[in-house]
Amino acid sequence: MILAIASGKGGTGKTTVSASLASVWPGPALAVDLDVEEPNLHLFLHPEIAGAEKAYMEVPLADESKCTACGACSEICQFKAISLLGDVLITFPEMCHGCGACLEVCPAGALTPDRRELGEVSWGQAGKIGFLMGKLRVGEAMSPPLMRSVRGKMAQMQAQSGADVIVDCPPGVSCPAVNAVMGSDMILLVTEPTPFGLYDFRLAHQAFAPMNKPMAAVINRAGLGDDGVRQYCRRHNLPILAEIPFDRQVAQAYSQGQVVAQASPAMKVAFEDLAAQIRCLASGDAEAEKEAHHA
Amino acid sequence: MPEILIISGKGGTGKTSLTGALAHLAQNKVICDLDVDAPDLHLLLQPQARQIHQFYSGNEAIIGPELCTSCGLCQEKCRFEAIVEGADAFRVDPLKCEGCKLCVTLCPAEAIEFPQRHCGTWQISDTRMGPMVHAQLFPGQENSGRLVALLRQQARELSDENGYELILSDGPPGIGCPVISSLSGTDLAVVVTEPTPSGRHDLERVVELCRHFKVPAGVIINKYDLNPDQGQDIAGYCAREGLELLAQLPFDPAMVQAMVQGKVITEYQQNGLTEELARAWEKIIQMAGRKKAA
Repeated sequence: MILAIASGKGGTGKTTVSASLASVWPGPALAVDLDVEEPNLHLFLHPEIAGAEKAYMEVPLADESKCTACGACSEICQFKAISLLGDVLITFPEMCHGCGACLEVCPAGALTPDRRELGEVSWGQAGKIGFLMGKLRVGEAMSPPLMRSVRGKMAQMQAQSGADVIVDCPPGVSCPAVNAVMGSDMILLVTEPTPFGLYDFRLAHQAFAPMNKPMAAVINRAGLGDDGVRQYCRRHNLPILAEIPFDRQVAQAYSQGQVVAQASPAMKVAFEDLAAQIRCLASGDAEAEKEAHHA
Repeated sequence: MPEILIISGKGGTGKTSLTGALAHLAQNKVICDLDVDAPDLHLLLQPQARQIHQFYSGNEAIIGPELCTSCGLCQEKCRFEAIVEGADAFRVDPLKCEGCKLCVTLCPAEAIEFPQRHCGTWQISDTRMGPMVHAQLFPGQENSGRLVALLRQQARELSDENGYELILSDGPPGIGCPVISSLSGTDLAVVVTEPTPSGRHDLERVVELCRHFKVPAGVIINKYDLNPDQGQDIAGYCAREGLELLAQLPFDPAMVQAMVQGKVITEYQQNGLTEELARAWEKIIQMAGRKKAA
């Protein structure tokens, strides 16, 4: 199964929950960082990197000697990435979405595929946890194409190992976040009980609900703000699987790069229980539910 | 009139709470929320809408099922895996369609329409701290960069017409499309970080991005007392990199208490933290002025 750890608001504890769940997961786990703009999971899991490769996107390369200045490419391009200035064809590779439309329509064979570097995909092992991440090149605007590369590698690694996949998603609810959540079997929303937390939590719930996947919430820093998130979850039948209390010790453990589930025995038990609940919600399996109650 | 942008790389470091406080301290400005994906500043400033506009950007492909011959060419050519095969016809997954028009152009049955995409709303509002320009992108939409550019344009026009002296913007998290759109051509970036491995890591990436776009940056270390050693480390990094350290703020639960009441921290209490913020604001104004003069 693939579990997406998401949130509307940034900084609510997605990475904390992802790293902690991976560390207590019963059975083989693959931890994947799809927050490619600001990947942080490796800072807590400290994986040994076994391999890495650059990811690229196809962009057009113009051959002036063949170009007949017909304008078909600049007419179809919706991203202002290729334009005809008088008789001269100019490309703006940074603007290109890699759709291939210009190459498809060019009647003169004047365009050939070139590539733009998106960033890096790397993988390895953190103890018994498999690890995979993407890291966007600084200056690159588009994260979804790199996320597609990471997801390709993820499918390969999952097929090889048979592991359950825990995906640390980017914040927000626009295209990168939706992209990250799309292929999952279950969504876990991490929020904090504050007005900002609630507002963005609601956005995320509304964005992801149409996907019809099992969805549940974890409240981080419980006790800090108000009761809005809990009331919202009750109204929308969204199960709250865990509340991580606001505690200076937890915050300090995080600030020292520790996996929170390993910071105290109580936290470890809390995350083991969370993992068991997730497994039964994702499978909808009555037997697993019984097990979870015994755990 | 200088544009000042608050960013962080990592989410949840306190961008919006601090932007609210700086908006309270600043005179004669336009306030802008450039986090169009998950905006929160309005929760502190309770804007009253003056004008509400719809935001259309780009187009999306829609297959007419009665015209589709199920030849499958669109699915074969689409690079975004956005075409799904149905029982009687193919259809487009709107969340995956990037609006590139390739399928529209190639379809031999001319079965694919290409209407404009309604991506969100934007508005100009009044707040107790001055005019505010803000937006809400609909879930799952792209083109957040274009919406950010539009908001900045509106803020500049509002400012020119009414003689406001600066634009103060709350930025999005990350380093991708909306951040690049917020940052390019702005006069000063204030990077809010926290003394954690993630805060530090993301600070370095966002500072690199500022350099890429030649935007001067200052740094605020928020909640520095959660890990004073890590805080020191970040201060050292700033000194080495020639980044002005604008403030080191202690963790204070009053930040959340103020938020719950819909207030900014400088309205809620006066103490060491708010004094440090006021000093930071003086430095920010100086830095932005220096940049503008140069």
